[in-house]
Order: sequence, then structure tokens, then C-alpha cells
Amino acid sequence: MRARRFLSGGWLSVYAFLYIVFLYLPVIFLPIFSINTAPTPKFPLTGFTLQWYADLPHTPALLDAAWNSLKVGVSASVLATVLGILAARSITRYRYPGRRTIHGLIMAPLVLPEVIVAISMLLVMLQLGLSLSLFTVVLGHVLVCIPYSMTVLTSGFEGFDRSLEEASADLGESAFGTFRRVTLPMVAPAIISSLLVCFTISLDEFIIAFFLTGTEATLPIYIWGQLRFASKLPGVLALGTLLLVASFLLMTIAEILRRRAARRTQNEGGLYA
Amino acid sequence: MPEQLQIERPQADRQQSDRAQSDRAMIEIRDVTRSYGAFKALDDASLTIREGEFFSLLGPSGCGKTTLLRMIAGFDNPTSGSIAVGGQPMEGIPANRRPTNMVFQSYAIFPHLNVEQNVAYGLKRLKLQGGEEKRRVEEALAQVSLTGLGKRLATELSGGQRQRVALARALVMRPKVLLLDEPLSALDKKLREQMQVELRRLQQAVGITFVLVTHDQYEALAMSDRIAVMFGGKIAQVASPKEIYQRPVNRQVADFLGGMNFIKAEIVEENGASLTVDTLGFGRVKTDKPKAFVRNGGAATLGIRPERLRVLWDNATAKFEVAGTVVERHYFGEITHLIVEIPGLEKPLSVTETNDFGADDIPVGTPIRLAYDPEALVAMGD
Repeated sequence: MRARRFLSGGWLSVYAFLYIVFLYLPVIFLPIFSINTAPTPKFPLTGFTLQWYADLPHTPALLDAAWNSLKVGVSASVLATVLGILAARSITRYRYPGRRTIHGLIMAPLVLPEVIVAISMLLVMLQLGLSLSLFTVVLGHVLVCIPYSMTVLTSGFEGFDRSLEEASADLGESAFGTFRRVTLPMVAPAIISSLLVCFTISLDEFIIAFFLTGTEATLPIYIWGQLRFASKLPGVLALGTLLLVASFLLMTIAEILRRRAARRTQNEGGLYA
Repeated sequence: MPEQLQIERPQADRQQSDRAQSDRAMIEIRDVTRSYGAFKALDDASLTIREGEFFSLLGPSGCGKTTLLRMIAGFDNPTSGSIAVGGQPMEGIPANRRPTNMVFQSYAIFPHLNVEQNVAYGLKRLKLQGGEEKRRVEEALAQVSLTGLGKRLATELSGGQRQRVALARALVMRPKVLLLDEPLSALDKKLREQMQVELRRLQQAVGITFVLVTHDQYEALAMSDRIAVMFGGKIAQVASPKEIYQRPVNRQVADFLGGMNFIKAEIVEENGASLTVDTLGFGRVKTDKPKAFVRNGGAATLGIRPERLRVLWDNATAKFEVAGTVVERHYFGEITHLIVEIPGLEKPLSVTETNDFGADDIPVGTPIRLAYDPEALVAMGD
């Protein structure tokens, strides 16, 4: 009883506050220094400016990197989502021996050390005789994206009442018509959510891109390269802030869509509404 | 006053339905077996369901009733045997081309469509001309009393309303057969009883053959023209509700259809249509011999429903009576359930008595006499 009062009486809130500060304080510095007039990130702040942001479009190397990131992100998210759909459908819909093991193996890249994955992939690519390019980066990103795609898609597909597809067939619809009129509309939010999550992950991913890219840089690699020059730091901070905001927005939309998909398939009133 | 019991008795086994039914077969199931490895979900079942009939497949879970329904719908195929609907063999015909429609246990309402779109789902493919589709949707919604709710989303409906949507969506297709997979099991008791009456009324109105799967004996008794009782993949008995209830072919069927007192009997005489047996509690009884009766040595089982035993008050007497002692009493509102020990019977008798005369006040331990009608004693196989 005493212990509980001790915890709830302020200490727990202090702990929660420190926890949040620890998580987000470093991230807060980025936008703060990106609108500071001084080129070096230190307090006290010297003044407000949007100069660093205005300079961004005038950096050709940055634009190239952004374009590369876009290409890689779109390709990786589409590929990972297509593979994720197939896997998630099989995991949620069918019962077969080894189902859990396969699920575990697909999810494993989530916890493998990324640098190890990157080195292994580099070795494989070289063995296969593939020259390093954005294409190899896409392959690497598909590997890291699939677990995320699976998580989003299984939660969207799970509880998909199979009798919905049977009802459609019962009402005269063909297999393809059933897919188009029932299955697809029901799972579309989960699929879009998966695309957004994968795109965001690919956009932010550094280690695998660093190992597997040839001469073409993605945005994180570009940022890494710029860090060597002190004078470029404010631009990096501005770019970093933009990436941060974009990731945050994409992930939020993805989560909203994922929940909507899950609600559709699971809480559609069901048996005991 | 023995005549008291002999009040005029209506003709036994009158068809429950007052509507004329055709004798033409709508569904013919011939020697159908469905195996999953060594397990037979359905074991050599044969059955004819007539046109315009309300037919129920009744049995406990795992008895094969749903398997059979799904094979009629085309979601499953017999391992051997054949199914014909409307005279047409169904082999090789997928679910989307069969003249049947189904109301699913989960209702399977499309959650991304509103009520109207759900009901119109199957019509869209027919490409109906000039407002015909809209007219048929309206008509179907009216049939299930959902007029005006067409724009509602599936998520905004109650359980009962969802069920009506599922019904309308199937009926609008004007199937030859409507299949219902435990359609009332998710509803609460009161709504369920109301829907039983409505479903029966609807079936009479549209005249379509209904095949209902249920594990609820009262539901089957209340709605059906005929019932098939199933156990362990086999069809045990097919008959009208009254016959199933009053003349079950074996103990299993008797037990499943409500309470039944079983009494051991010795066969004294067996001939074509009747059976004479000796019992300890009820003396010598002559009963009809069930069609499927298989003699098992000299022993047989008699059954009598608890409500066919009546308490004799005060000095009343009956032509046929047994005497015993009340050992338990359970109150159920409109009726009381008495457990009565009869000398000579190994198990006490269950008696249900209405509470008009105070059956709910009979003290435990009271000596009591029970009247019965020997015709209520039925012989059955084990």
C-alpha cells in the first residue's frame, strides 16, 4: 500500500516524464538547430532563419539522393508488400505443418543485427556477380521490410471471415469477382498501410544501403557524407528535420489505415454483435 | 372416473403444416459419404427433401449436419455418393452456379457495403433492366421487415437486423432452395423465438424449400415440416416433428429431443405391428412396434415422456396408474419437475406437471399416484 502510494504519488509521473525526455530530447534538437542562424549547433540560440531550408533545393547532389531514395523506396515497398500479401494470406488463412516456423523465419530479420545482414547480403551479391547499384539496395530493403509488411498485413487479414468469400460465391460471383468485390476492398487499407510503412523504413534505412549501393547515394548516405563538412551541418539538420516529419506523417497514416483494416475484418459485428 | 383420461383424441400424426406441399423431390441425397482421412463426417447418408418443405437437419455438434448442408451449397464435395437439386445432379457444379442460397451462421454481411448493396450483391451480375434490381431489393427488404434501412452500414445493425439482411440477400436471388446454417444461434432467447415464428411464416409465404441446420430441438420442432435427426455422421430418423418427438426410433433420438423416462422391459410377444412386454412398474404393456425395431434377445426398452405422466390428486383414479414417492421437486415457473421413485423401477421417473393444481407445493416424501396413457409408452431400439 505504501509502496503504491509512493509510486503513484508523483514518482511514477517523474519517471514517465524522464522516460519521454530520454526518448525525444535528442530528436527535438534537430528542428531547433535547423532554424538557428548560427552554423554550429550550440546554445544559446542566435536567431531564427529558414535559410537552411531555402538552400536545400539548390543542392544537386541532395536532389539526386532524394530521387534515388524515392525510386528505392517505391520499389522496395511494392515488392515487400506483394511478398508480404502472399505470406500473410497463407499464414492467416491456411493451417499446415511448419506454419509457425515459417512465420518465425520471415519475422527473424527484425532482430538480426543489421550490419551482419548487410555484410552477408554484400557477399551474396558479389558471389552472384551482381554489381552494386540501387537495385541491390532494393533487394536489401525488401529483406528488412518484409517483417514489417507481414506485421501490418497479418493484423489486417486476421479474422477475415472466410464465409464472406463463400457468401460471395454463393451469390453467384466467380473467384476473381469475389476477390475484386469482397477481398480486395476489405484488405485495401492494410495493403496501403504496408506500402507506407515499407516506404518509410526504406527511406530512413542507412546500413544496408551503405553496404549495397554503388556510386548512387540515398538520402541517409548523403547525410552521412555531408557530416564530414562542418559548414554543411545546418543543411543536414534541415534535411533531417524534413525526413523526420515525413516519416512521422507516413507512419501515422499507416497506423490509422492498419487499425481501420483490422476493425473491418475483426469487429465487423461478427457473431455476437 | 377412468373416462377422464379418455377425452377425445385428435388424429395422431396429422401433418404439422396446413399448407399443401408437393410430393416432388427437391433435393435427393444418395449414399453420400464425406471422409477426412479415416474420419467419416458423413457416413452413407440418403435423404429426400421435398419441394416447398421446411426441412431441418438436427443433431449435436459434429454429427455431420453442417457438412451435409455445405455439400448441398457446393462448398464441399462428397467423397462418394450423389446430390441432386431440382432433378439436376450437382456433381462438378461450383457453389456460384447452384440454384441454392445460404444464410451463414456468422451472417457474412459484407462490412464495406450498406444494407442495400449487400442485398443487391448477387443481382449485380444478372444485369437486370430498368429498375428491376431496385424493385427486387425493396421487395426483399420488405419481406424481412427492413424497409427504410437500406442505407445503413452493416456495422450499424443489431444482431437480429444483420440476420434479416442475410435472409434478404439470399431470398432476393429467388433460389430453389434456401440453406440456413444455425441462423438463430447467435440471437438471445426472446429474439430467437420471435425469429422462429417469422422464419416459418416467411417460408410459407415464399414457398421456397428451406433446409435448416440446428442443434436446438425446440427450434426444429417449432419450424419444420420434417426433421432428420443425425448422430455421428449417420441419419438416425427422418419424420415429422410430432413423430420424431413421440415415436423416436432409439434412445439417442429420444434423449436428444427432450426428457424421456426409459423403462426396462421383457418381450412377451412380438408380431408384425405390435409388441407385448412385461415391465416391473407398468405391468404388461402392448405397444406399436417401431419400423426399425431390431430384437436384441428378450429385452426391450420402453420410453415415456415426463409430461405424459400426470399427478392424480386426492381420490382421483385412472385406468392406468403407477404409485410412488416424490423424492425431488424442481420449480420452473409454469411447470414443476417431480422426480418420483416407483418400487421395482431401477431409475426414478421424471414427471413434469403444470402448476394449476399446486404441483409446486407437493412436499418431498409424499406418496403419489401417476396416471398414464399406455399409448404414450413407446418401444425403441437401444
